[in-house]
Amino acid sequence: MNSLLTALKNKKVLISDGAWGTYLHQRGLQPGECPELWNVTHRSDVFAIAKSYIDAGADMILTNSFGGSPLKLNHFGLLDRTAELNEAAAKISREAAGVEKLVLGSMGPTGAILMMGEVSEQEVYDGFSRQAQALKKGGVDAICVETMSAIDEASIAVRAAKESTGLEVVCTFTFEKTAAGEYRTMMGVSPSEMVQAIKEAGASVIGTNCGNGFDQMIDIVKEIRGIDPLTPILVHANAGKPLYQDGKTVFPETPEMMAAKVQDLINSGANIIGGCCGTTPAHIQRLVHAIRVH
Amino acid sequence: MNELVERISLCIERGKVNKIAPYPPDLRNQEGSDELTKQALEEGVGPDIILKACNDGMQRIGERFSRNEVFVPELLMAAKAMQAVMVHLEPFFKKGSIKAKGKFVLGTVAGDLHDIGKNLVRMVIEGNGWEVIDLGADVKSAKFLETIKNTPGCVVGLSALLTTTMVNMSKTVQEIKAQFPATKIIVGGAPLTMEAALKMGADSYSHDPQGAVAFLDKISVA
Repeated sequence: MNSLLTALKNKKVLISDGAWGTYLHQRGLQPGECPELWNVTHRSDVFAIAKSYIDAGADMILTNSFGGSPLKLNHFGLLDRTAELNEAAAKISREAAGVEKLVLGSMGPTGAILMMGEVSEQEVYDGFSRQAQALKKGGVDAICVETMSAIDEASIAVRAAKESTGLEVVCTFTFEKTAAGEYRTMMGVSPSEMVQAIKEAGASVIGTNCGNGFDQMIDIVKEIRGIDPLTPILVHANAGKPLYQDGKTVFPETPEMMAAKVQDLINSGANIIGGCCGTTPAHIQRLVHAIRVH
Repeated sequence: MNELVERISLCIERGKVNKIAPYPPDLRNQEGSDELTKQALEEGVGPDIILKACNDGMQRIGERFSRNEVFVPELLMAAKAMQAVMVHLEPFFKKGSIKAKGKFVLGTVAGDLHDIGKNLVRMVIEGNGWEVIDLGADVKSAKFLETIKNTPGCVVGLSALLTTTMVNMSKTVQEIKAQFPATKIIVGGAPLTMEAALKMGADSYSHDPQGAVAFLDKISVA
């Protein structure tokens, strides 16, 4: 098992992977199909995606387990296969990463809003525990709780992961720029509010993913650094904001456009840089080139 | 306006459900929309007056949400306060002494399970006086068509978050328009724009729940 924090000490900036969903769809995942099921039914496709990011030069890759919480899998009638599908996700990424590169186990939101009282905090905690343990069994080095909007859910996920596996936990939130020019999650949480809460819950790396291209991510990182100069920051940026044009969804930022801004992102304080929606191995390769070949 | 009714309106806007509710902190231990509505009805205040005041409160919070002054939690609490009022007003709806402004058929399209946005739209539109038939998420075209058939005069709302399910939204819009050309459709979801929505054949797009209300108000007058 590798340590993310140690890797960060050795190399100040690490490069993570890019989008998975886009690739699964390109390979035939249908709208309404469970992506995590592909870890078993289409293992070689998932492996190919994982490998493509390792080959692009990423220092770490995530796992095809974003929607692998029991609550989410339940929608597909796959609740009972939670452990199996998450473990499979981890194994695939571990195989692609080999022994040297890092694997982060992805855990996304359950989709339930805790304040609505539809699910209990205990149920959510148990679900994330189950998921994290399966990811650990499959061989991940750390857990990445991502695309969070609510402090309560994120804290529960981080605590559950930490308490059930002892692994290092990364936690990232998704922010949107408001009319006033501030960044808030849909639940109204600011980057500053996020920092304290998730560190208390046990996250050793904090940050932001999805929703924004590099330009906005730079603003968000600056706000985080404004109150926390030390904790490592992870950014998984979209390839710009998607637009639905002529029956297709287009992410406007090319690898070159992203690479041109990456130094600014590093200067603002980001330590781990990767992509989210719309990014490809080509984006990651270009980032590797921009950061490493200097 | 009656002071009691004004207070009910404020409870909706602030999300104050009842006396024991701890939210919002500055209205602790005060009566909420639940108690105040019961009291107002007992005092003989017309249910239509109460409903209108609640719609106004809901509109105010919806507009503040559109301006990013408040976020999802505040909207959810306002909806909760509204639901408490609706429990008291239900008998009057049943009797026909108050009526909904119209019917709105809503759902997230086939292949997409995301429902937070759709649920917010439902709550805000209900809070503004409409009856909402929420078909849930991952709704096939056939289900929309069947419901529209059984709900003449309805307006339809389609939601999708995944960029990959936009194609299903487009198909659903076309199928609805083919069978029910007079039925108005509004769409919403992450990567959409008004331009894309109109190109798809929908009648409108909204970035937020209050925009959907504005659309409904507009077509009701037309």
